Amino acid sequence: MNENVIAARGLIKRYGTFTAVDGIDFDVHRGECFGFLGPNGAGKTSTMRMIYRAAAVDGGTLMILGWEAADGRHDRAIKARIGVVPQEDNLDQELSVRQNLEVFARFYKLPRPEAARRIDELLKLLRLEEKAHSRAEQLSGGLKRRTQIARGLLGTPEILVLDEPTTGLDPQARHDLWERLNALKRQQATLLLTTHYMDEAERLCDRLVVIDHGKIVAAGSPAELIARHVSPVVVEIELTDGAVPTEAEALKQHARRVEVLSDRLLLYADHGEQLIAQAAHLMPDRRALQRRTTLEDVFLRITGRRLEE
Amino acid sequence: MAPSRGVDWRLAWAVWMRNFTVYRRTWTLNILPNFFEPLLYLVGMGLGVGFYVREGMNGVSTYLAFIAPGLMAASAMNGASFEVTYNMFVKLHFAKTYDAFLSTPVQIEDIVMGELLWAVTRALIYGLAFLVILAGFTLAGTPMLSGPGALALPLALALIGTLFALIGQLFTSKVNTIDLYSYYFTLWLSPLFIFSNVFFPVDRFPYGAQIAWFTPLYHGVRLTRGLAQSRFGTEELVSAAWMIAVCAALLWIVPRTYRRRIIR
Ligand SMILES: Nc1ncnc2c1ncn2[C@@H]1O[C@H](COP(=O)(O)OP(=O)(O)O)[C@@H](O)[C@H]1O
Ligand SMILES: [Mg+2]
Repeated sequence: MNENVIAARGLIKRYGTFTAVDGIDFDVHRGECFGFLGPNGAGKTSTMRMIYRAAAVDGGTLMILGWEAADGRHDRAIKARIGVVPQEDNLDQELSVRQNLEVFARFYKLPRPEAARRIDELLKLLRLEEKAHSRAEQLSGGLKRRTQIARGLLGTPEILVLDEPTTGLDPQARHDLWERLNALKRQQATLLLTTHYMDEAERLCDRLVVIDHGKIVAAGSPAELIARHVSPVVVEIELTDGAVPTEAEALKQHARRVEVLSDRLLLYADHGEQLIAQAAHLMPDRRALQRRTTLEDVFLRITGRRLEE
Repeated sequence: MAPSRGVDWRLAWAVWMRNFTVYRRTWTLNILPNFFEPLLYLVGMGLGVGFYVREGMNGVSTYLAFIAPGLMAASAMNGASFEVTYNMFVKLHFAKTYDAFLSTPVQIEDIVMGELLWAVTRALIYGLAFLVILAGFTLAGTPMLSGPGALALPLALALIGTLFALIGQLFTSKVNTIDLYSYYFTLWLSPLFIFSNVFFPVDRFPYGAQIAWFTPLYHGVRLTRGLAQSRFGTEELVSAAWMIAVCAALLWIVPRTYRRRIIR
């Protein structure tokens, strides 16, 4: 039984005459990690802001936890049940980690003893105990993000919204954060996540939508999307200045589909061994490798562009 | 105009508490200047310029006692103004502090009211520091306050603080760049400071009093000057009513301008 905690139909966000979110439909089920994957400017943040009631809904319907959100009448009730980890760092820089959480505990009207207990719990969950008295401005990007997650969880939300949680973090901090988010998933938290990293979406999301120019261009689980839109493997051949060598033309016949990028030729196929062998034979001095297809290929297939620049 | 959605005063208080937490970190450092400034003006203007002033101080015997209540009103004005101009602008546009608040059950109306209460608190800190100094002068034999009316001065300071906090908030809700505040201070607050009867009766200029009647500090000064002498006649009553009426109108307008501005 999939209980919808969020259901959007024809959801629209406009800034003046520009339509940033252009009539999107999606459902988020309780207990899943649902992703919004798309390039910068796709409309991910705009969608999140409508969900956590920081932005007005300009069209369509948006049901959140059983309330119609578009008219704004249930904002307080909805916001009490959604935790938010925004894209930008908006911690109170002059305050310590603990003070940041104390300020928010008052916003959630937690009685003092309960607030203290909950803050201890979250500092532990996010491994922030040692930093509790450090000022926010002194923290690294990863620690800041963890503090923001602790802050987002303070009100014991039914849904946690994370807007590009690992953008700007170094690889170590990213992996660390993924681990924290997986821990939350094991506790059956409902997570709503945006990202422009396909590996992040693939690793964390149970289901996701791919969004581009304010429109959903694909939806499903990562495995479904890959199975539906691209072949299982791809052979990549290194190119110099985007020119496809004549030898490669012969290879194309053996591929299900071909993409030419500025630096690589992509040959999509069911099996790669034969292509690799042929490439090695025809163009021994060019690097060729076989890999399994990812959401990146799905995005390329659908939009004709790469997700990350 | 966008509907306002009602204030949750407990959350407004939580916003106040956040500001207090930040202020408290450095409060010993912050509070001292509140005492220096009054002393500077009282000594420089009151004793310095006052030495040459002999007339026109309606009722009080020294220039020092003439300017003291007005300076106190102006310090409440300044105390409130800083909070709702630069500080609020930064929280709104640079630090994204309000974005963070708004992702909790806090609504923009709670933030506006919490900031208002905080600005009034700052106005009281400034104004009361002044009052303490005036009381000190009085006890030391230089009378600046007389009678029980002085006990109502904190109320007057809170009213002046509320008025200027709301005016500043309205300005902040309209501006897109922090540079415009220099105009707010030099073309609005400074002229008010000069032409609101603080240093000289403004009817020295043609239509001076008639024009000043429409400006806020004029009434703040008239009320504090009256109360400092335990006088609460028609003039003081009218000034108190003028400020309360403008506050009431702004209390209706300001939360709505913020809702329209923020929740887009
Ligand atoms: N407040 C705003 N005013 C005008 N345009 C905006 C505003 N916020 C976002 N946009 C525009 O809307 C589009 C979508 O932005 P956003 O939702 O932030 O995308 P994403 O989070 O996917 O990068 C972008 O083209 C962006 O420039
Ligand atoms: Mg974004």
